[in-house]
Amino acid sequence: MNAVGLPHYLMVSALLFSLGLLGVIVRRNVLVIYMSLELMLNAGNLALVAVSRFNNNLNGQIMVFFIITVAAAEVAVGLALIVALYRRRQTTHVEDLTSLKL
Amino acid sequence: MQDIFFYIFAALTLLCGALVIANPVSRNPVTSAMFLVLTILSLAGLFVLLHAFFLAAVQVLVYAGAVIVLFLFVIMLLDLKEEEQRRIKLVMGVLGVLSVGCIAWILIRTIQFVHPAGRLATVRLDGSARALGHLLFTDFALPFELVSLILLVAMIGAILLSKKDLR
Repeated sequence: MNAVGLPHYLMVSALLFSLGLLGVIVRRNVLVIYMSLELMLNAGNLALVAVSRFNNNLNGQIMVFFIITVAAAEVAVGLALIVALYRRRQTTHVEDLTSLKL
Repeated sequence: MQDIFFYIFAALTLLCGALVIANPVSRNPVTSAMFLVLTILSLAGLFVLLHAFFLAAVQVLVYAGAVIVLFLFVIMLLDLKEEEQRRIKLVMGVLGVLSVGCIAWILIRTIQFVHPAGRLATVRLDGSARALGHLLFTDFALPFELVSLILLVAMIGAILLSKKDLR
């Protein structure tokens, strides 16, 4: 087994991203879909930090800092939307939210 | 030694990530949120292995602290008892696993094909708060201020959206 390098970290990141994507596709609960979105964001963060480390450049970590900030803002707005939706429709199940369907 | 920690944290991350999206025991969103905490903590461990100490701390504070608490708060607020019974349709599950498997295969083959060596320079990159803060307030001062605007807008939006009579 060779030493852990950039490909190993990128592999973990790719697998984590795929897991998040799978959650978004398969699960039907809006909250769990939202958590899967967070997983995908974290996978991107891991790839950025790994590339930043192995190229000896701090800019990737600055990018991750901004991503974390924007993700926090996104979670606040998204959860407020989910609460507003639940108040109106009494559901968090995506199959019940079809009022935009033609 | 560091390699062993890498494998431990990577396995923990992927295992807990899998348990977030599909838990064989319980389909309650609260369990998903709990496993999301574990995923984020092991990711913070990976950040420490990558010498990104400040980001590891921020990851624990912002994600494991603020974001998950927000998630749990909303889950408890909505009281989702009867949502648990519904099953995932088998065809959709199989198709989803198949397509995501294809995408994962493409990603992994790309990484193997390109084989990004990266040069681990002798000068140790330090992701300490001091180094990041210096960069944030010199080269990235404008994006840093703009991000505060995003937070302000998100705060106003969240307050507006959670008002009782949303017009």
